[in-house]
Amino acid sequence: MKSVKKTRRKDFITYGIVVIAFIVMQALVMTGHISNSLKNQLIPICVYICMAVSLNLVVGVLGDLSLGHAGFMSVGAFTGIIVAMSLQNAIPSGALRLVLAIAAGALTAAVAGILVGVPVLRLRGDYLAIVTLAFGEIIKNIITNLYVGVDGNGIHFSFKDAMSMGMGLDGKAIINGPIGAVGVTKLSTFTAGFILIMVILFITLNLINSRTGRAIKAIRDNRIAAESVGINVTKYKLMAFVISAAMAGMAGALYGLNYSGLAAKKFDFNTSILVLVFVVLGGIGNIRGSIIAATVLTVLPEALRQFSDYRMLIYAIVLILVMIVTNNPLLRSVADRFIGSLTGLFRKKPASQTAEGGADNGK
Amino acid sequence: MMGILSNLISGISLGSIYAIIALGYTMVYGIAKMLNFAHGDVIMVGAYICYCAISYLGLPPLVGIVMAICVCTVLGIVIEGLAYKPLRSAPSLAVLITAIGVSYFLQNSALLIWKSDPKVFPSIVKSMQPVQLFGGQLAISGITIVTVLCCVVVMTCLTLFISKSKTGKAMRAVSEDKVAAQLMGINVNGTISVTFAIGSGLAAVAGVLLCSAYPTLIPTTGAMPGIKAFTAAVFGGIGSIPGAMLGGILLGIIELFAKSYISTQFSDAIVFAVLIIVLLIKPTGLLGKKVSEKV
Repeated sequence: MKSVKKTRRKDFITYGIVVIAFIVMQALVMTGHISNSLKNQLIPICVYICMAVSLNLVVGVLGDLSLGHAGFMSVGAFTGIIVAMSLQNAIPSGALRLVLAIAAGALTAAVAGILVGVPVLRLRGDYLAIVTLAFGEIIKNIITNLYVGVDGNGIHFSFKDAMSMGMGLDGKAIINGPIGAVGVTKLSTFTAGFILIMVILFITLNLINSRTGRAIKAIRDNRIAAESVGINVTKYKLMAFVISAAMAGMAGALYGLNYSGLAAKKFDFNTSILVLVFVVLGGIGNIRGSIIAATVLTVLPEALRQFSDYRMLIYAIVLILVMIVTNNPLLRSVADRFIGSLTGLFRKKPASQTAEGGADNGK
Repeated sequence: MMGILSNLISGISLGSIYAIIALGYTMVYGIAKMLNFAHGDVIMVGAYICYCAISYLGLPPLVGIVMAICVCTVLGIVIEGLAYKPLRSAPSLAVLITAIGVSYFLQNSALLIWKSDPKVFPSIVKSMQPVQLFGGQLAISGITIVTVLCCVVVMTCLTLFISKSKTGKAMRAVSEDKVAAQLMGINVNGTISVTFAIGSGLAAVAGVLLCSAYPTLIPTTGAMPGIKAFTAAVFGGIGSIPGAMLGGILLGIIELFAKSYISTQFSDAIVFAVLIIVLLIKPTGLLGKKVSEKV
């Protein structure tokens, strides 16, 4: 009973951090104490937090490596753009269209998640990783060649070129193949991003602490043992994967509606890797860590702008050094003690701590 | 008929390049159990070194290639020693992220040194005329022949090296069981370094061949061939050297045929779809070992 209470408290701290960060940022924006470049980063930060939490569900909680998460983001983004653009005349309220776009993004990404998940989840380890990578590339390739337009009669599709959509004279192209979406009305706001983070956190944290979540974690820790106590492995794996895909779709829709133009090649392998870096640096399975890592690492390249040409080089070196330092047993124990004495905020979850303690005893 | 044959030859040529890159992935995976995502960028470095040697220093292509191989071999050893060695006992995801860090590092260093404007890679086989077959109906370019020959030579040497030499045997022992190999007096760290050195040297060869066939050189040149070759390695069964060869060549042929006969735009999607289908039927790749799980 006590441990349940403790988890709850930890979750509330996570929510609290997000709420406080939102209020502080909002106050800074209001009073104008914030640089323009950081202001433009606010919505991408929200998007990447959502992406990191969503990927952490697959990598950390389910224990499967996915290298194609940007694919789901892409599906969500372009669905969101199509929905928001085609309803432009029917629904005047921007906020309502944004909500519909995000919902539609979640739905199509979930469908894509099922299509990818059913075959993929039969595989294991690195083979599973490469197939998710392959699916990510396929999704990118398909959307790069997709043409979508809207006219009085409804929505038109084509895989050849803009002409073969057969639109009427009042027709308007929404997605133009390799050029991507153009002339999108920006609907995303920082507040919307904040609400989306809270929704995604609510879904994820409740899922992790539920009966389903325990089943998923049991599969991660030992698939055979989980199967032999009667857990339906395929069902729970697919469930976690599809929920994660849907959340990536939501984040994608928010991202897509933050820019006036967007090409499918934005969501390539590098984007998937970027999100994976957030998850690993934040601590695998640690939702709060993902949030912090996504924020820091999205701001970092901007903060390094004064080094101009060298900033990505510095980013790379920081990445390598952080991985080496955090995985060095000696340095790690020193750092843990140091941080632990400062504040309890960054400490890992009790479950993983006991697991580590056990491993240390084993040595 | 000639069209099919010509596509087949181009496919084998492209596949040979993938196979040489895939060898680097598969050897490193077999021994260090890590996905070395920086491998694609070593290809790019090799191509740039050869480009500099030929264009700036005016050296003959062969010297350029040797220089590229030397630089990449050293680079491979340095990367392994600085970035991967401290993480020998770390979880595999941490190593993966470090490899990605190294990949970013190499790409951005290249961007600083050579700038982002595309370089036109000089052909390494200028003097060679295309070979005409069937009374001129089928022309095979010099670079195609050189690529396929290179691939055959590399494969033969590597297979002999792995099966006959002492270091090769040590490599197989380390990939089988690290601890047992150490107990038998094998220098595990040294063997891993040698593997990285060979893989990176091969990457330099692949880089030169790749840029001779597709002569635009930019700092991200290695990224997509890297991913494709990684796919090829998995396709053939990762960790298996014959698998990497087979996977690479098949992937090249599939890509060329998809481009010529199905759709140019969707060729990448088709290649990856074939990979997925193969893995669904044979979950450990074409020649991969099936490891049964111990309970």
